Amino acid sequence: MLLIPCPYCGPREETEFSYGGEAHIERPKQPEALGDEAWADYLFMTGNTKGVFLERWVHSHGCRRWFNAARDTLTNEVLAVYEMGGKPPKLEKRSYV
Amino acid sequence: MPQGFRLAEGGLIDRARPLGFRFNGRSYQGYAGDTLASALLANGVHLVARSYKYHRPRGIVSAGPEEPNALVQLGRDPRSDPNTRATQLELVEGLAARSQNCWPGVGFDVGALNGLVSRLLPAGFYYKTFKWPASLWMKYEYVIRHAAGLGRAPGERDPDIYDKTNAHCDVLIVGGGPAGLAAALAAARTGARVVLAEQDCQLGGALLDRPDETIDGKPALDWVAETLIELGRNPEVRILPRTTAFAYYDHNYLALVERVTDHLGEKPETLPRERLWKVRAHQVVLATGAIEQQLVFSDNDRPGIMLAGAGRTYLNRYAVKPGSRAVVFTNNDGAYGAALDLQKAGVSVAAVVDLRTAPEGPLSEQAEAAGLPILAEHAIVATRGAKRVGQVAVAPLGPEGDRITGDGEGVECDLVLCSGGWSPTVHLFSQSGGRLAWDELRGCFLPDTPAQATHVAGACNGAFGLAACLEQGLAAGETAAAAAGFETKGAGKAPPQATDRGFLPARWLRLVPSIEPAGRGGKHFVDQQNDVTVADIQLALREGYRSIEHVKRYTGTGMGTDQGKTGNVNAIGIVARELGRPLPEVGVTTFRPPYTPVTFGVFAGRDVDDLLDPVRKTAIHAWHERAGALFEDVGQWRRPWYYPQGGESMHRAVAREVEACRSSLGILDASTLGKIDIKGQDAAELLNRVYTNAWSKLETGRCRYGLMLGEDGMVMDDGVTARLGEHHYLMTTTTGNAAAVLGHLEEWLQTEWPELQVHLTSVTEQFATVSIAGPNARRLLGELTNDIKLTPKALPHMSFAEGAVAGIPARVFRISFTGECAYEINVPASYGMALWQTLIRAGEKYDITPYGTEAMHVLRAEKGYIIVGQETDGSVTPFDLGMDWIVSKKKDFVGKRSLARSDMAKSDRKQLVGLLTDNPQEVLPEGAQLVEKALDKPPMPMIGHVTSSYMSPNLGRSIALALVKGGRERHGQKVQAPLPGGHTAVCEIAGPVFFDPEGERLRG
Ligand SMILES: [Zn+2]
Repeated sequence: MLLIPCPYCGPREETEFSYGGEAHIERPKQPEALGDEAWADYLFMTGNTKGVFLERWVHSHGCRRWFNAARDTLTNEVLAVYEMGGKPPKLEKRSYV
Repeated sequence: MPQGFRLAEGGLIDRARPLGFRFNGRSYQGYAGDTLASALLANGVHLVARSYKYHRPRGIVSAGPEEPNALVQLGRDPRSDPNTRATQLELVEGLAARSQNCWPGVGFDVGALNGLVSRLLPAGFYYKTFKWPASLWMKYEYVIRHAAGLGRAPGERDPDIYDKTNAHCDVLIVGGGPAGLAAALAAARTGARVVLAEQDCQLGGALLDRPDETIDGKPALDWVAETLIELGRNPEVRILPRTTAFAYYDHNYLALVERVTDHLGEKPETLPRERLWKVRAHQVVLATGAIEQQLVFSDNDRPGIMLAGAGRTYLNRYAVKPGSRAVVFTNNDGAYGAALDLQKAGVSVAAVVDLRTAPEGPLSEQAEAAGLPILAEHAIVATRGAKRVGQVAVAPLGPEGDRITGDGEGVECDLVLCSGGWSPTVHLFSQSGGRLAWDELRGCFLPDTPAQATHVAGACNGAFGLAACLEQGLAAGETAAAAAGFETKGAGKAPPQATDRGFLPARWLRLVPSIEPAGRGGKHFVDQQNDVTVADIQLALREGYRSIEHVKRYTGTGMGTDQGKTGNVNAIGIVARELGRPLPEVGVTTFRPPYTPVTFGVFAGRDVDDLLDPVRKTAIHAWHERAGALFEDVGQWRRPWYYPQGGESMHRAVAREVEACRSSLGILDASTLGKIDIKGQDAAELLNRVYTNAWSKLETGRCRYGLMLGEDGMVMDDGVTARLGEHHYLMTTTTGNAAAVLGHLEEWLQTEWPELQVHLTSVTEQFATVSIAGPNARRLLGELTNDIKLTPKALPHMSFAEGAVAGIPARVFRISFTGECAYEINVPASYGMALWQTLIRAGEKYDITPYGTEAMHVLRAEKGYIIVGQETDGSVTPFDLGMDWIVSKKKDFVGKRSLARSDMAKSDRKQLVGLLTDNPQEVLPEGAQLVEKALDKPPMPMIGHVTSSYMSPNLGRSIALALVKGGRERHGQKVQAPLPGGHTAVCEIAGPVFFDPEGERLRG
């Protein structure tokens, strides 16, 4: 079980959080203008990164606030957390073969 | 003779406290401090089990958690535990255990015939023979499981209680041997908070079996005692004996199980049987020691053949002679310690058979000096003895070690102590994600790169000597404390002095040759618990398996409850040898939790019965109970289902409640509906974006029904929202969906629309909601309020007013889920009961009738109102429900674009329809599948399913709602519902509104 550093509350057990999938997927400004494929891409397609992944969490059983996290999906290290709408921090690339 | 194999003195047992126990129905005696295994050996009992596949007689192999054979069924129902390791089970007065895996008894076992036909039971036998036809597998599996038997689950519920607890510490140390204790000392001296977990009942680890070890010139156990005194005085140190760290998860989160009362004769009722410790540690020190590996030789599984270290444990810790005449068989120097201990205890040592070309090492030298008969470069090539080893054949080994030269010579014995070297207990390290590295010299995998804040010390780290263990333990404790932020300078004292006596040098022959090749004649067991032999591994390789993970799964090696603790390295070595590849290339199989089996009870803990899940009750719950309501669980809520009167059937009760609503007055506790208070200047905009319809024009005081979609266009919730004020709304949600809807709104607000100024507050539990419905609803409410105008003009359908009802501040919503004129009265929850009781009293003259969820469902189904989660299942759009009228074409909303996907326009989408059975008295089961025409047997093309189905008292017949492919175009057509038992119900597709389609009643 992860220990997730909520930017507003501090480190808390993973069971207090819910996962929100990949971060920085913005809702299209004009959905009607998109073709089916582009819409499906927004709706269904997310990365499956082995390495540093930018993802969303919400502290459901705490402050109920959403935030972004950079997590190494292989080691589960949470390398950074940052606010919704914030820019991802500069992190060293980790590549796994 | 009672305890005929007990030594007169020595050991850590209490001869003043004899304990009676029973094994396989016979009475024996042991002493306090014994395990079941040591007590059995003290009584000369070696045959304790039958093997899994061949039902071969098996004895005690080890003295710890690695035991593959001595698994017993402990106790009697309801307190019966299968697969209990006799080697870890502390003896208590009255303990009763049985061998499992044999019938009728361990001495005479019908299944042993399997041994005679063993050629027919090679690796993968079950897979190959029983995998087809699939329909018979269940039957095969039952028979196989029964014959194979892995103990028996208790037939009654477990009467014991189990606890769970959380702990946080700076340094968690796993293992209370010399390395772990030294680590605890070093860490504790810095002021760090330390938890030390030891699976044994006593601390000291290997020192408990080695009376000859000294620390600072004194017996090593004195040092252990002093250390425990120092640690005991430190309030920041918690020592947990009888506690197994069985899992190492992410971010230094470990699960430990503490056995609290099993070892107590009298078990205090206030104590749990076991306790689950969930520990989050800043730093972890693994001092988990090492496990001796077996030697793989022909028929190496007879009772009386055990690990050399276990032999020493029984001799030294339990003062038990595991035999009278012993052969020691080794590939290393360490086992000579066992030979010397045997000699000291008066057990005759017939031979020390050493696979090495010369008996090298300090213990070998001692043994030579002591005059022990040593056969260097020899091997045991066969063993004999039905229920106990009686003789071994010893032969000289060829120079390559791959064959024997010359004939075997028989040596009489009743005990064989074997040592195939030691393998560090890297299970937790590996579970934590740490990488292992092969160590050629030590012939084992060692912890290499940790994946977490993990430190390793002692034998687990390849340090097999006492001095090195102490040194590494101190260093690890200090490093860990420093990493946790504690000052370490000057904290340590002078390191304790001891001697290093490892087991090296060793000669790594993973397969000991025999007269005939493996697979002919005797069996070379690699995994005794799962009865896996060298021949099985060879077969797997012949059949093309190359990956060690596949070999493991195909043969089952290492997949027993012992996870191959005493044989995995041998299995890997044999695979490497057969493939002609270096061992580290073959690699190691994955270690998974739990390290040793854990009871289900401790995972359940107290979360059973009433504590399984929170139960939510409304403010009026006690009244419903008094009224004899039956309850239905809706999410975590307990809702009245119906209120049977004087022995009424459910059918009668529901019919009465439904009729009351239509003819006079019904009353429903609707408090469980989700309520979200929405405030802020952009509240209406939020509603516009999350609901399919438009909200900008809703006036204050009015209500509107809304349908909420996921971004995928599927219906996720519905409910009525009222505009309470300029920037103030109250949204209601489905009972079971309240939390999900709040989460949905918050997510959009926080992640996509942070510019919207809206506050959301869940107020579900702040208000009690009472709904009164029926022709007399207005009359009753009018009698209880002065300041709310109730005329249809003043308070029309879908409107809201605030005022006092029965003197209670209330919000009154004129909304209806029944099709009748109805009012939902919201009052502060603490007034809920008062309001309800007042309404019941005042409503007596109208025959006011409390109704439950079942009648509510009938009433709404008569009107064709959907229930999200019943008519919808995450694949249903508003169009499928025929609710196009509520979908705005002008504005954007969540899910809108998805409704325009090409798939949504398909004509064969399932659409909501009404369904009328040809037999008006037949009520279809909900979930029933619909077909065009029922065939003799499945498969039949399915065209839909029944979502709701009731007997409607108002229509005097059954009604149902269903989702049917292209159903809207099919009104009037027949479909069929094939039902269990062969009966087929024919039904006609109809519109989904069965009652008062014009809605005159609800507007009136
Ligand atoms: Zn938080």
